[in-house]
Amino acid sequence: MDDATKNRARPTEQYKQIGTAWIGPGGQFFAKPVSKQLVDVSGHYILYLEDITVSFDGFQALNKLKLYIETGELRCIIGPNGAGKTTMMDVITGKTRPDRGTAYFGQTLNLLELSEHEIASYGIGRKFQKPTVFEQHTVFENLELAMAADKSVWHTLFGRLSGEQQDTIDSVLHTIGLTNLRTREAGGLSHGQKQWLEIGMLLVQDPLVLLVDEPVAGMTHQETEATAELLTSLAGDHSVIVVEHDMEFVRSIARTVTVLHEGSVLAEGAFDAVQNNQQVIQVYLGE
Amino acid sequence: MLTRRLMNHEWGGWVLLCTLGVLAIAVPVLNLAVPQDNPFHVSTYTVTLMGKYLCFAMLAISLDLVWGYCGILSLGHGAFFALGGYAMGMYLMRQIGTRGVYGNPELPDFMVFLNWDQLPWFWYGFDHFWFAMLLVVLVPGLLAFVFGWLAFRSRVTGVYLSIMTQAMTYALMLAFFRNEMGFGGNNGLTDFKDILGADLQSDVTRIVLFVTSAFALAATYLMCRVIVTSKLGRVITAIRDAEDRTRFIGYRVEYYKVWIFTLSAVLAGIAGALYVPQVGIINPSEFQPLNSIELVAWVAVGGRGTLYGAALGAVLVNFGKTYLTGALPEVWLFVLGALFILVTVAMRNGIVGLFRKLRHG
Repeated sequence: MDDATKNRARPTEQYKQIGTAWIGPGGQFFAKPVSKQLVDVSGHYILYLEDITVSFDGFQALNKLKLYIETGELRCIIGPNGAGKTTMMDVITGKTRPDRGTAYFGQTLNLLELSEHEIASYGIGRKFQKPTVFEQHTVFENLELAMAADKSVWHTLFGRLSGEQQDTIDSVLHTIGLTNLRTREAGGLSHGQKQWLEIGMLLVQDPLVLLVDEPVAGMTHQETEATAELLTSLAGDHSVIVVEHDMEFVRSIARTVTVLHEGSVLAEGAFDAVQNNQQVIQVYLGE
Repeated sequence: MLTRRLMNHEWGGWVLLCTLGVLAIAVPVLNLAVPQDNPFHVSTYTVTLMGKYLCFAMLAISLDLVWGYCGILSLGHGAFFALGGYAMGMYLMRQIGTRGVYGNPELPDFMVFLNWDQLPWFWYGFDHFWFAMLLVVLVPGLLAFVFGWLAFRSRVTGVYLSIMTQAMTYALMLAFFRNEMGFGGNNGLTDFKDILGADLQSDVTRIVLFVTSAFALAATYLMCRVIVTSKLGRVITAIRDAEDRTRFIGYRVEYYKVWIFTLSAVLAGIAGALYVPQVGIINPSEFQPLNSIELVAWVAVGGRGTLYGAALGAVLVNFGKTYLTGALPEVWLFVLGALFILVTVAMRNGIVGLFRKLRHG
């Protein structure tokens, strides 16, 4: 695992910062480095978390967590309640700042220096544990708002969807199976449909990394299967991190599973190997 | 195209705009052209009273923009209204000239009374109408910007934010009560004579002020409609409904909040500036926390998140207030309290919500 650290060449030569301006590899000029084109994905890994420690009022939520995510992989993270799964997502998305440790996105971006909206614009999308959609907006509007675009106040006031963006939304609507409900208020959707809409909101952002917290909670058997299919198909183009309790579901999608326990990695590997790991059995079944 | 986006299925908005259009034509005719003994004559007193209601309606729309659409419950919006009013009042004071009680050409009466020998620096420029109008916009806007910047950046939300806005208006009230502040202390600014050379007591001036208020209200409504029907409006409501979600899809939530809060304060300031020449006085009691709370009641009664509902609520509640404080003065506060309870318990979406329910079964 420590090879990963060595392999990460930083800082990269590709993007140069001059004052507050950034120059891309093709000589493009960026006033602000808030664009996912600026993420250097040339390495084997896309996310590097090292020695991340977070404590809340003396409770150690994460304890020297070390985690590397490969570019394009589908990773499942499991672990009992309080193992630190959600806190880990909070650290990656900038909601929680760790006490110690480093977190890099691509070869060059230090996640610990970025705010939530910057991290989102660089291409890390997050689905919450409890499905969170904009209930008063229609399905279409939910996707429109999430659409990758200049999200400054002024641009948003006069912003119009381009034809290309319309097409993206249409294809995402198709992917998440909500085409017929596009004008429906999101608050009226079923639980499973909300979960899907939230995944759709991630897709229109076209992120590099998708963090998906309990995607199949409250879903029917068919919905769960469809979700498994969707997430598997997303891997490759995107790196997908799934936190889930449902072991059947994890078995059906996972290539690599990471088990968290008391804030650090207990085991990592293929599903079967992890399932037969003595420590993991102990943690899950008790001493 | 734009009309369609703004007004499609917005029957309440149509009613508001048409009413304003009719009032802007009928009221001048009925006041100026119809003789006083004719039963259709509208007295100047009524004109002024209605003008006052229109200013309140504008203030209510400005609050609805932040509360109804962005979920920021400001309990200090009266402060922005009062600041706009003070800026206008200072201009009107400078127009008095030598006609004051003391006849001092340089100083307003209250400064002579306090034995001041020169105009404080912050009164400079207020003899120019354009300068005063600039400050009508700038002072509330700047205060809201700084307040919003500090509060929203620190992610103060919900009831804590409401309490802070309440504290802000209370602090301003205490400050303006002090004579040393140089804004007339307890008595405020009054005894105005004319505006842009026109006599404030004349019927024609009153009519012009009324029509201006009607236009300002219509313009405010349309501008707010443009905003809430734009993508920005959808982001604002998204922040209201799921702030974290909005942040994690890449919006800088605090910028949006500061922007909408500042804009709303500017609108409130303009409403205050139109209000002062019509009522003829501005004093620190306009900063009273109770005023801001009443304002919230107007919006709640009318129906928040609809804009025209806020205007309707402002007019209805104030009409009730005018009537009751005349007929049964001691009852008014009980009625206000009862309205609060009624709206919270039985009609969460106000009168507009009630209508919608009836229409859609």
